[in-house]
Amino acid sequence: MNFPVLALMVWSGLKIYRAYDVYRIGFGSWTLFRFDKEFLSHLGITQGLAVGMAWHFLFGWIFAINGALYVGYLTVSGAWRQILPNRSSLKEAWQVVLHDLRIRKEPLPKAKFNGAQKIAYTGVVLLGFIALASGLAIYKPVQLAFLLFVFGGYQGARFVHFWVCMLFVLFFVVHIVQVARAGWNNFRSMITGREIVIEEQPNV
Amino acid sequence: MSDDQDFRRKPLTDPEVEIRRLSRRGFLWSGVSIAAGYAGYRLLNGAPKQGGLPVPFRKALEWNEAVWSSLQSEMLPAPTFPIEQAREPKVNGGLGMSDAFDPSAWTLRVEGLRGLSSPLHLSMEDIRVLPFTRICTEFKCVEGWSQIVSWGGVKLSDFMRKFALTGESNRYVYLETPDAGYYVGIDIKTALHPQTLLAYEMNLQPLAVEHGGPLRLITALKYGYKSLKRIGLLRFCDERPRDYWAENQYDFYAGH
Repeated sequence: MNFPVLALMVWSGLKIYRAYDVYRIGFGSWTLFRFDKEFLSHLGITQGLAVGMAWHFLFGWIFAINGALYVGYLTVSGAWRQILPNRSSLKEAWQVVLHDLRIRKEPLPKAKFNGAQKIAYTGVVLLGFIALASGLAIYKPVQLAFLLFVFGGYQGARFVHFWVCMLFVLFFVVHIVQVARAGWNNFRSMITGREIVIEEQPNV
Repeated sequence: MSDDQDFRRKPLTDPEVEIRRLSRRGFLWSGVSIAAGYAGYRLLNGAPKQGGLPVPFRKALEWNEAVWSSLQSEMLPAPTFPIEQAREPKVNGGLGMSDAFDPSAWTLRVEGLRGLSSPLHLSMEDIRVLPFTRICTEFKCVEGWSQIVSWGGVKLSDFMRKFALTGESNRYVYLETPDAGYYVGIDIKTALHPQTLLAYEMNLQPLAVEHGGPLRLITALKYGYKSLKRIGLLRFCDERPRDYWAENQYDFYAGH
């Protein structure tokens, strides 16, 4: 559910941004990379502002409702405790990064989610919230003028909304790589909600 | 007899078998969902079109309009800015702006305003004598760029009060360029808003022809494509009027 809705929102959103393609990675007059019409065309994001808006403002509802249901589930089930980072998460996340990049060899502490995951999974919920708020500010800049003010005006809100979208894409890429790395048993557990754990036999 | 053998004789509770069953079910459901998603996509995109947009999307835009216009408080103003921040906006879109146009021969035709017995033909002098209002708001193009601009002219609501004999209002306003090459419709709530002007001044200067002179619509409550340049006809009506961009995939309401 999350993936197709998010993919449609990113696709239609980039169609909208394509009509005014000002974002880039760079500093001052130096530019590494531009998210311009040419680059977007290579990704298959063709011209179509009106079509982009039509999809975005229909699936925006599904994005918002889906997100609200997920946060509701986390709250009611208490599962938020498993993903909320704590004081040691940042340090642990650094260890995870070093471990995954094969810089460190020590095994990671065993828990359902490690520190990096906790930060990522809480972060992506926050991202969803910021995406919704900044998107609404762009969508109704007069009726929701207070939201527009929070994001630093119309162009500020557009800027935030664009980079939140990019962070979503980044999350997804890392997510896919990590799932592939974790292997079949883990993937199976994501689909079924169950996992086989081989326990060491206690000595009798 | 050992416990091991006993354990092996219970295949139904074997976790390996159980998870395989669940996995199969999971992947089956994934397959069904992907197929359903694809069918949904085909259904959405293949639906008959209305205004160039498949009907489900058109309905969604109308639903959004119903939600947001009902939440809109009547006179909520768009944020305003100090006039020092005003700059010239980009000249965008030449629809209805044919070259053969003589501003000195221009008149405004007004039709359909309830209480008005016959169409009016007004000159700039007729409009200049009406109460003057200046606003400095952010002009937002549907493409994504925006610019703070100051506009001067007469509020459309003041204009209506001046020329209508009764206080009754129509439901929509339709505007057209003199060559009928571009046309828009706006709802009456927007028409009556204090930041909706018939403008003849931009950034303290007379409105230039390329920006819609001698007279254009300005509304701070909608995307720029609703703020028609070079008004030739102003018609008040009760049916939703035709609208250039609403016939070409865009939203009729376009409300902020």
